[in-house]
Amino acid sequence: MTTLLSVEHLSKVFTLGGGLFKPGRELVALNDISLTVEAGETLAIVGESGCGKTTLGRCIIKAQPVSEGKVFYHPKDGQKVELTELDKRAIKPWRRDIRMIFQDPMSSLNPNMRVFDLVAEPLRVHRICKGRELEDRVISTLGKVGIPADAIGRYPHAFSGGQRQRIGIARALVLDPKLVIADEAVSALDVSIQAQVLNLLDDLKREFGLTYIFISHDLGVVNYIADRVMVMYLGHVVETAPTEQLFERPRHPYSEMLLEALPIADPTRRKGQNKELRGEIPYLGNRPIGCPFHTRCRYAQDKCRAEKPALRPINGTAQMAACHFAETLELKGAYEAPQKVFA
Amino acid sequence: MNQPLLSIKDMSITFSSPDEADIEAVRQVDLVLTPGKTLALVGESGCGKSVTARAVLRLLDKNARIPKGEILYDAEGGRVDIARLHPDSTAMRAIRGNQISMIFQEPMSSLSPVHTIGDQIDEIIILHQRLSPKKARERTISLLDQVGIPGARDRSNAYPFELSGGLRQRAMIAMALACTPKLLIADEPTTALDVTTQAQILDLLRQLQADFGMAMLFITHDLGVVAEIADDIAVMYLGDVVEQGDVFEVFRAPKHPYTQALMNSVPRLQRKAERTRLTPIKGTVPSPKDRPVGCAFTSRCPHAFAPCPGQRPERTPVSPGHVARCHLLTHVREEALA
Repeated sequence: MTTLLSVEHLSKVFTLGGGLFKPGRELVALNDISLTVEAGETLAIVGESGCGKTTLGRCIIKAQPVSEGKVFYHPKDGQKVELTELDKRAIKPWRRDIRMIFQDPMSSLNPNMRVFDLVAEPLRVHRICKGRELEDRVISTLGKVGIPADAIGRYPHAFSGGQRQRIGIARALVLDPKLVIADEAVSALDVSIQAQVLNLLDDLKREFGLTYIFISHDLGVVNYIADRVMVMYLGHVVETAPTEQLFERPRHPYSEMLLEALPIADPTRRKGQNKELRGEIPYLGNRPIGCPFHTRCRYAQDKCRAEKPALRPINGTAQMAACHFAETLELKGAYEAPQKVFA
Repeated sequence: MNQPLLSIKDMSITFSSPDEADIEAVRQVDLVLTPGKTLALVGESGCGKSVTARAVLRLLDKNARIPKGEILYDAEGGRVDIARLHPDSTAMRAIRGNQISMIFQEPMSSLSPVHTIGDQIDEIIILHQRLSPKKARERTISLLDQVGIPGARDRSNAYPFELSGGLRQRAMIAMALACTPKLLIADEPTTALDVTTQAQILDLLRQLQADFGMAMLFITHDLGVVAEIADDIAVMYLGDVVEQGDVFEVFRAPKHPYTQALMNSVPRLQRKAERTRLTPIKGTVPSPKDRPVGCAFTSRCPHAFAPCPGQRPERTPVSPGHVARCHLLTHVREEALA
């Protein structure tokens, strides 16, 4: 496998308030994030709202400037482009390779543009083709995501949520990208439509050899689509592991808590009151000292309140966790007996 | 079995508009709510689940009517048919917010942004129970405490924007519980929340139900949440309740193709080796205007056959308390095709 994207020690600090002579308050949204994405894999980034997963996605495509750290893109073997040092003009060609799908299909499409123009826009902006060729390319891309050619003259309001999300996907795919960052791409959809879009993303990945960064808060969906998962909490990476390993035996108490909170569509596996869920995600501005999770952790010790644990490989495997007791804690996974399919 | 608290019988809801034909958004729905039990109403957007719930409180839009059916409620002074009450009548107002109350999906848009949460809860208590403002505030604080808001006394002076999503939803629940209702309607109360917060709110609702013995009508599109909280389930599709029954029974052996399809489109928590590709329902939900005369699911049903488009399936009992509306239960397929 070859690395497609690598992020090294990325931090993002927002400054709040302040004025001409008064310094603002600093809000650390991302704290020293490092990750690599291999070509052809699906990396999921999960966490509760406010953990920084969307900000991370936006920093990667430089929709937001980073405060510290570097993002490298590896277009082919041996070549390495530092996206973070490029200016607006220099980064443009690389934006063809890295595309984004947004969460809300209602607000991410310009209501004044027809479907054809919405999908043609990236081609025109990047001056890739025009005329007949452009037309063909738009129509064939729309066909791949399941929008019929006779619908190209309509405006977004004439489509359902699922169809709009397909148009959003077509906008991302029309440039033949290598890496697609899907930010909560299926969260706003109904279950039956969500299943359609998940299958579509899966098919497109195979057909075009795509790589996904899949940002989501739904662990059920993540288990279905991802090869690897990165769990974030308060701007920190607390665990990263191959999907199966994480769901089998999480190594960070926060991952365990997320898995425990996940409702399962089977009343015989009802979890009832015996869950151990504590507290809420603290405000970023007053991040706890020590381990960021210790205020909600049921296993927290004095060490956790004083010293911040580093992200490290567990027992020499591909699983990494930032917990002082990752090796010794017996944390609960989420897999159980297979469930049946109704025909 | 307990006496039902509220029974909806054969209720339809139609919406009229000046330049189009009337749309029947909900047709012939039967639901029963029992004290201490939770009925989950499940379906995709636009299936009529929220409209059904709002009809119980008579909170429908001006162009909506309930032309058929009854909503029988055992009120304190005897049985009333809510469907025949005027939405603005004194009788309806005495029920709404007092005996039947509702939790809405988006706490941010259903709470007043310019009043403190304490003031908003006080208002209901003063209105329905005629307590003095001082006593009302004491009650408000104890309610906020009960729903697990830390520092309830201080937080009662907070505005909604000062609270997190989870706390806001808790405040919303406190408000719904202000007059110890007999029936609590929860319309997607956890959809906008994180999983961990969602699990906490579900626990809270369960706890409160055990304490107060209220009946609960829980509206959601998430089958995981249904499996977690419901005693009974009713599955809606395009205004029809296609299947209803005991939650264990329906999840064990769903009979309607829509219920089956819905369950098959949820990603299961399985290891990669056991995982199968999701089987989504083909197509999209048609508009209620284009609903087939017969079974509403005909256009997307993998098993549709001769009688489906033209003839509406009857409510067919499958086992005690489990009914479905599907021709497959009453017809032998080959015979019908011939």
